[in-house]
Amino acid sequence: MSARLQTRLWVAQRATAVVLAVCVLVHLVTIVYAVRGGLSAAEILGRTRGNVAWAAFYVVFVVAIVIHGVIGLRTIAAEWLRFHGPAAEATLIGIALALGAMGLRAVVAVFA
Amino acid sequence: MEVKVWRGGAEGGRFQSFEVPRQPSQTVLDVVTYVQRHLDPTLSYRFACRVGMCGSCAMTVNGTPRWTCRTHVDKVVANDVLEVAPLANLPVVKDLVADMRAFFDKWARAKGEFKPTATKRDAFAIVKPGSAQRQEADAGIECIGCGVCYAACDVVAWNRDYLGPAALNRAWTLVNDVRDGARRARLEAVAGDAGCHSCHTLMSCTELCPKALSPTRSIAGLKRATALAAFSRSEEAQ
Repeated sequence: MSARLQTRLWVAQRATAVVLAVCVLVHLVTIVYAVRGGLSAAEILGRTRGNVAWAAFYVVFVVAIVIHGVIGLRTIAAEWLRFHGPAAEATLIGIALALGAMGLRAVVAVFA
Repeated sequence: MEVKVWRGGAEGGRFQSFEVPRQPSQTVLDVVTYVQRHLDPTLSYRFACRVGMCGSCAMTVNGTPRWTCRTHVDKVVANDVLEVAPLANLPVVKDLVADMRAFFDKWARAKGEFKPTATKRDAFAIVKPGSAQRQEADAGIECIGCGVCYAACDVVAWNRDYLGPAALNRAWTLVNDVRDGARRARLEAVAGDAGCHSCHTLMSCTELCPKALSPTRSIAGLKRATALAAFSRSEEAQ
């Protein structure tokens, strides 16, 4: 992996950190607000189903988590486990795809 | 006081205890010198100026890298025990002498040498001391290459390819030198996993630098400069 790509990964992790700072805050405030009248699946789904704006928000959230988290895992794998190179990169891409698939599946389940 | 001194070579070693009398205003270098002159002449250690100018006497004192010549025993002794070992993160040559080659090779890898753009027929460059770039360069220029920051850095311990605080600080002073002509190549050399982007901003280098420099600040500057360079269209064509 070239130093230029490594630099871009670093920038991508910082940029997604900014996105996550906003997303986590909105997410937590929404949770606190939404459970005022008790917590039930029917109430949550009634609020979320078909809501395009919230669906788009959570798609952005999931994508930011995948980018930010997997770049972080890459550093942890290299520094703590000495796991780097093509095998590590393939593993991390696999983790990214799995994480993205699970996250988007949850978005579809709640908003579709 | 009991003084535990690391004895051994590249293949390993152990601490050997000596009893050394306390003196007023005694430095750790005084203690090591006492051991060699009076107790065991086979002890190897490195020093030159004794006054904090040369940067050759850095060792690990009670677990922390320090200049031994400028460290008073009073300030570091714990329960009347002083433990002196060679600098961490570097191979040991013998006893308290660390092999500094990797440290200085990384200065070269970080393109730590000045590349002039003018010739002897050109006039002297005029650099305003108050200019922002010169102030950035001045903030890091007093490094004397003692290796304390390198020994203190956890990222160096985790990642043997990491250039380390001193080499990156040197690169940053040159990036801010308006007379220098190797900015682009230098920014490429200090980017990525082996370079500034691996710094976790732990700041051990800044805390322990005997010259009170902030390699962390220099590395942060390099992160910004290299990130901009990695996205710049003109440098993409290189």
